[in-house]
Amino acid sequence: MKTDRILSILFILPSFILVGIFIYGFIGWTGWVSMVNWRDVFPDFTFVGLRNYARLFQHFRFVISMKNTLVFTVLFLLSSISIGLLLAILLDRKVRFEGFFRTVYLFPMAVSFVVTGVVWRWILNPGTGGESVGLNWMLEKIGLGFLKSGWYTDPNIGIKAVVIAAVWQMSGYVMALYLAGIRSIPTELYEAAQLDGANVFQLYKHIVLPLLRPVTLSAVIILGHISLKIFDLVFAMTGSGIGFSCDVPALFMYDTTFRGNYFSQGAAIAVILLLCVAVLIVPYLTYSIRTEVRR
Amino acid sequence: MWRKVALIIAVVSAMVVFASKIEIFSWWTAGGEAEGLQELFNIYSKLYPGVEIINATVAGGAGAQAKAVLKTRMLGGDPPDTFQVHAGHELIDTWVKTGFMEPITFLYKEEGWDKVMPKGILDIVSYNGEYWSVPVNIHRANVLWYNKKIFEKYGLKPPKTFEEFFQVAEILKSHGIIPLALGTKDGWEAAHVFETVLIGKLGAEGYKGLWNGKTKWSDPRVTDALETFAKMLRYVNSDHAARTWDEACALIVEGRAAMNIMGDWAVGYFYAKNFYDFGWVLAPGNEGIFDALSDSFGLPKGAKNRENVINFLRVLGSKEGQLAFNIKKGSIPARTDIDRNLFPEYQRSAMEDWLKHEIVPSVMHGAAASESWVTEFKDVISLFVARPDVKTTQRALVSIAIAQGVPQQ
Repeated sequence: MKTDRILSILFILPSFILVGIFIYGFIGWTGWVSMVNWRDVFPDFTFVGLRNYARLFQHFRFVISMKNTLVFTVLFLLSSISIGLLLAILLDRKVRFEGFFRTVYLFPMAVSFVVTGVVWRWILNPGTGGESVGLNWMLEKIGLGFLKSGWYTDPNIGIKAVVIAAVWQMSGYVMALYLAGIRSIPTELYEAAQLDGANVFQLYKHIVLPLLRPVTLSAVIILGHISLKIFDLVFAMTGSGIGFSCDVPALFMYDTTFRGNYFSQGAAIAVILLLCVAVLIVPYLTYSIRTEVRR
Repeated sequence: MWRKVALIIAVVSAMVVFASKIEIFSWWTAGGEAEGLQELFNIYSKLYPGVEIINATVAGGAGAQAKAVLKTRMLGGDPPDTFQVHAGHELIDTWVKTGFMEPITFLYKEEGWDKVMPKGILDIVSYNGEYWSVPVNIHRANVLWYNKKIFEKYGLKPPKTFEEFFQVAEILKSHGIIPLALGTKDGWEAAHVFETVLIGKLGAEGYKGLWNGKTKWSDPRVTDALETFAKMLRYVNSDHAARTWDEACALIVEGRAAMNIMGDWAVGYFYAKNFYDFGWVLAPGNEGIFDALSDSFGLPKGAKNRENVINFLRVLGSKEGQLAFNIKKGSIPARTDIDRNLFPEYQRSAMEDWLKHEIVPSVMHGAAASESWVTEFKDVISLFVARPDVKTTQRALVSIAIAQGVPQQ
């Protein structure tokens, strides 16, 4: 074997082993724990098959939290992507101080979800009447008092209030993705379209948006996996919420494992979360591998 | 020059190796509880000046968050030198039966604690004939706190029965005052209030029976408790899901709410906020019953600074330590030989009650049932706050008990 070949293998090997143990090995371990009867601090490795999973699907908290995840994912993706796209298109119209606006919109992403959660917990504080604070207070001051709401403490809104905070944090990032995408479209295409007499609306509809499809796909993948396994934002902002209206599987897993000592059930939730994310990620991976091979 | 540097490095590293440390793990971060802990540290530092105290606290009432951190550390073989644990099922089921603790019976013998602590408390820190932790305090969970000024202003008397409670609540509500302050953000607070309702409706024996199968969860008195609790929830602040227990106490301090049902750690909070206009009675129907829990510290196997821990436990069990800690924390000493007159008014009354009332273990605070039962119990009650469906909830409570191996037939 050539020396550089050996060298390259040597360079890859440590990370390969570490990833093998600490990611794939532990996934396997979690899978195993999810099929035993570990219900106490002390491990019990009696094999029980899929019983923990069967129990899980009858557990009210699991059912509620899965529904919440679905609502969260759909709303979070739709809002972040449409707001991000809109911001990118607006910024692309040669506004002055573009760099400044870009930073302002992108900056929330630099803040951790925990901080976002704490801040929005107060902004969306549900106090009404004399005790209004945050957004409710502001709405009252500008004469829109009828828009006041219990936000995350209203069981009908619950998780949707958390979506607001998540969108605030991530839509700037989507904007950056789209802006880069728009900027990479060759100017010849614009010029050709303008020669053909296309107006701005047609330009976006027939040229820009179709060419942005790969960007949208990346955005869906990135935001999608964040939203499926979200924990820190919900934990800091609302906890499980009233009647578990803000509960998500990751929170339930934490509670079950580390408070209830039901390690097997916690592992089962973790495995289900992993499968959900895999459903999203794996098609994307195969797609990108295939396009790379084609090149 | 290099020699000097080498010398300095050698000295510093020697200090790092030999400097004596003790890591004390707790969830005492709010007002009075943090001050109480500091008092203990002060005494310890005076007695053992060379030891560096690492105050490892994780915020969150009832240890909601701290317990998770503790568990990963214990299972990972990195125990803190000593940690806060509720005496009773939480201590015994979670850590003692599973072999994570070292018995400290020798300390009890040396210090004579078995002679100065009441049997009720010695029972819940022992297992298999050995003692496993030092109780530093006794807390009472079933207290109704109220703002005296508000009650005087409207000429009200603090309620002792559920009937009186609803009468008072209705009047307060008509004056635009929140009758009952509640914070449910951490998930355990509603279940805490419900625990006192269960005691109020079932009495001491009936309530204790719930945790060992003598009382069935399908009992009509449990139905009554759920219905009463649902009615009480109509009188709480609308933003309870955004508040923690101490933020609910703040409503009383600010005079926006008139009452709340909380353990007597609330006293510590009131003192820390310089608020003295509070009064107390027992939660409705809880006459003559002391709903107790106790914070204790033990000696984990493999503690890195064993000698320092043993010395710290001595401070915890000493007269001086128990006095200094409990005055700040709002709780009462586990020892019965401490002069009552040294304490503020609330604690004096609790110390009297501790000797003459019937004692029941608190479930939400780890004394009555295993942690997995407590977790499921709090989840069901937490859901009940949003959807007060009595039938479904009672059925869920029955099936939890069955899953815990307590037959309900």
